[in-house]
Amino acid sequence: MRQRFEIPMPVRYLVNGVLIVLLFLLGQFMISAGILSSYFQKILLQVGVYIIAAVSLNMATGYLGQLPLGHAGFMAVGGYTAGIFLKNFPIKGLPAFILAIILAGIVAGIFGILIGIPALRLKGDYLAIITLGFGEIIRVILLNIDTVLGFKFTGGAAGLMGIPKYTSFPAVYICVVITCLFIHTMMKSRHGRAILAIRENEIAAESCGVNTTYYKTMAFTASAFFAGVAGALFASYLGLLVPGDFGFMKSIEILVMVVLGGMGSMLGSVLAAAVLTIVPFALQSISQTVADYRMVIYSVLLIVVMIFKPSGLLGTYDFSLTRIIEGLINRAGIHDGVARKGEQSK
Amino acid sequence: MKRNHLLSLALSAAVCAGMLTGCNGGTPSSSTAGGSAAASGDTIKVGILAPLTGDAAQYGIAASNAAKLYFDQVNTSGGINGKSIEYILLDEKGQAADAVVAYNSLLEQGVTAIVGDVTTAPTIAVAVESASANMPLITGSATAAAVTVDPDTNTVRSNVFRSCFIDPFQGEKMASFSKEKLGAKTAAVLFNSNIDYSVGLKDAFIAKAQEIGLEVVATESYADKDSDFKSQLTNINAKAPDVLFCPDYYQKVALIAPQAKEVGLTATFVGGDGWDGAIEAINDSAMIEGAYYCSGFSADDTSEAVQKFLSDYKAAYNSDPNMFAATTYDAAAILADAIKSAEEAGLTPATDEYKAAIVSAISATNKDYVTGHFTFDSNNDPVKDAVIIKIAGGKYTFDCKF
Amino acid sequence: MLLLSQIINGLQLGSIYALVALGYSMVYGIIMLLNFAHGDIIMVGGYVAMLTIAAGVHPLLAVVLAVLACVLLGVVIDKVAYAPLRSSPRISLLITAIGVSFLLENLAQNIWGANARPFPNSAIIKGATLNIGGVHIGTTAIATIVVSILSMVVLTFLVQKTKRGKAMRAVSEDMGTAQLMGINVNSTITFTFAVGSALAGIGSILYCCTYPQVSPTMGSMLGLKAFVAAVLGGIGSIPGAMVGGFAIGMAEVLVRAVGLSDWTDGVVFAILIVVLLFRPTGLMGRPMTEKV
Repeated sequence: MRQRFEIPMPVRYLVNGVLIVLLFLLGQFMISAGILSSYFQKILLQVGVYIIAAVSLNMATGYLGQLPLGHAGFMAVGGYTAGIFLKNFPIKGLPAFILAIILAGIVAGIFGILIGIPALRLKGDYLAIITLGFGEIIRVILLNIDTVLGFKFTGGAAGLMGIPKYTSFPAVYICVVITCLFIHTMMKSRHGRAILAIRENEIAAESCGVNTTYYKTMAFTASAFFAGVAGALFASYLGLLVPGDFGFMKSIEILVMVVLGGMGSMLGSVLAAAVLTIVPFALQSISQTVADYRMVIYSVLLIVVMIFKPSGLLGTYDFSLTRIIEGLINRAGIHDGVARKGEQSK
Repeated sequence: MKRNHLLSLALSAAVCAGMLTGCNGGTPSSSTAGGSAAASGDTIKVGILAPLTGDAAQYGIAASNAAKLYFDQVNTSGGINGKSIEYILLDEKGQAADAVVAYNSLLEQGVTAIVGDVTTAPTIAVAVESASANMPLITGSATAAAVTVDPDTNTVRSNVFRSCFIDPFQGEKMASFSKEKLGAKTAAVLFNSNIDYSVGLKDAFIAKAQEIGLEVVATESYADKDSDFKSQLTNINAKAPDVLFCPDYYQKVALIAPQAKEVGLTATFVGGDGWDGAIEAINDSAMIEGAYYCSGFSADDTSEAVQKFLSDYKAAYNSDPNMFAATTYDAAAILADAIKSAEEAGLTPATDEYKAAIVSAISATNKDYVTGHFTFDSNNDPVKDAVIIKIAGGKYTFDCKF
Repeated sequence: MLLLSQIINGLQLGSIYALVALGYSMVYGIIMLLNFAHGDIIMVGGYVAMLTIAAGVHPLLAVVLAVLACVLLGVVIDKVAYAPLRSSPRISLLITAIGVSFLLENLAQNIWGANARPFPNSAIIKGATLNIGGVHIGTTAIATIVVSILSMVVLTFLVQKTKRGKAMRAVSEDMGTAQLMGINVNSTITFTFAVGSALAGIGSILYCCTYPQVSPTMGSMLGLKAFVAAVLGGIGSIPGAMVGGFAIGMAEVLVRAVGLSDWTDGVVFAILIVVLLFRPTGLMGRPMTEKV
């Protein structure tokens, strides 16, 4: 049996780091060179927001194995937090934006804990219903809180207007990278393994000493945190928020992205979020009739994928550049010298 | 298993690639209908933004149809200054985020002005986005005050106009009308707390009612997705008001009216321009017999412009135009007239001067259109008469100008 | 007087919720599926009734046709979309149900248009409002409450006293064992879908008579509320669905009656959450024991 070659850890980080920087530079270059017009840039920003939303939902759905139906509610909490903060914070500009994003994540995360602790006591369908309920309650509160408070807070049905627009390609890109990196590393850690164990079999995990309530709440909160970040980016992208934008339908839309991409596959969520955000615009530029049937096509796709490939298009497959390089090197058989080094570094 | 992964990966890659090429290669659906347009071959590009799918689709389709109709008519009659109007219609699904993207698409395709958007939130989003380009924007149906005036800074959005009434105007009109013409002493309000339009009308109605001494005995609300209003109506009935102000669109009206009869309510219904279309939306028009609402135009109006619009719209789309269609038709007409004056100044379409010329021409509008005589005030809102329509004998009848 | 009127309003709304909730509950009891498409079956029923009446069919026949269309649709959905997933993870089944619901709504929108259309309610239920000592009771309200209760009585008889009903109860108790006892599981599931959808069809007619309008999305909110009712009562339990339906209907009406209409949906979901937290299987649900 031949020794398998493995790239040592620091080099892996380096390879991925270089890849991330290259992609960023490519994007920046295309924008500054005018290859990506303002139209494509706007779509790109939306893609980024939905990637964060989908990847974070994937944490609760794909990795933890629960089915929350109120993800848009967390986006709303994050969006409104960031919007109200940005409107009222005396300092404007980048520091305020960074603070707003972090604050949005934290507030959404707190809501995640508040909702998660009771909701996660329930299983499966009941959890789905209870999160759906919370999502709706958040929407009702955003609509009506102003009349209770007696002053302008969320703007009620008219919406929150005049949010400063800071969301740009670098901001969205960095947030996407941080989200993916955080969730990726978390899933590779001890905590991640505990979360996966709960997904596979909760009772078995519990009997192996995994504190299921703690880990479930943790995964759920992380999921809510990043949904809040997505909401903040969305708020500052659009400059205007209306409660109706964050209803049950939006939650389902994000869920469809996760499910089609493959529950438990980060690459799947990223690709599906990108494809499902871009396709409607692309369809429209081809033919309005096709665009009219877009939702019908989505739903048929959803049913067909569930029947023939219940784990989603990519299943639990995840992209790893280093694994591909390793595979190539191993196949080429040029591994002898470096392999031992890899062995030692373990 | 492995092969399966690869297959899926390849599949998604293919989808992705196909989509990107679709994005770059496709040209948005545009039209230069009306073949008899001038021979010069020059076109003036105009954008139309409307929700064609989603919850607001029914309003967006009516509005965009009317705008298309007007531009087609302009082209058939020779265009403007020998140039035909090329309109580009984009669907924004009723979402502000999509409206912003669609606006950028229009901007990139070099439109010189935009008719739209239809509902409030997307219109405001586009208004904010379009300020930097000073893109002339005229909506036929976004009634919220914040569309033309930024509520935070209280500054007028100089490039944004509308051809419809603003919310406060209608609410005030109907309060005065109830008191003065209907002789009402008490009123009740049943409004939709989830839509801006309804809340805006309600606020204005109540404020005006207090001012003129019309007592509001009950204020009840409901959510947009509700279909049961009997408990609110039962409460209202207990107070026996003279009039019930019900500021919502025709479909909700069609649900509210029968339930009001069922709980025994006898108050006179009073509504805003959203009522237009209520007769078609309701099964038994006896339920809304005797109701009054304020509107921009009356189908009874014998003026040539109104009758021509009604018959043209019917001929083109085989349905009667509603309020959205009428005001958006006017929006397109006002815009076309403004373009005409920019053309007469000898400017080149899509340049900054051209847009500025359109903006100043719209503000200087002083002409009769389908929904009345238009001038614009300093807030870019139209100054025009309201028409009170009475539903009588299962028909919309002209009651008075008020 | 006012309170009495409001209670009748609550009963009327509650009886429709109860009818729809029964469909959710029966399907859940037998294959552990939250049939998200149930609300949209109601929508299709409404359209069928409206279109057949508009085509000149006798209203009574139209009602029968609408109910039959619902039954057919329910069974077809089960055979095409749910049956292949019997052994799949529950989450896949649930997502499929969401997909079916989306499909029906969007197809309806493409075929019949996004506009809400008037429903010819007076063709089905005629009659004026009765005024009994200041309490106004519509004929529709009386008909709705009576028909609902009648349907529930028939259903209870069907489930408790017939052989089919016995089979249904056995399958919902333990599918494997039921099969070993010689019960045809597949046909029992089909039968359950048929009965649930028939109730949806009846609910659809009553709903459309009370709120005379059909639109592609009319089923989604009704479905959601009825579904909350089913969960509240204890999903899988037939008396639970009835109790849940009346409870939600009454709660909504009373919240509105005290002037908090803006918060109705919030209150309904809050009740659901509180009940689920203290009785995770609903008011009348069987306690679940998890097998290792």
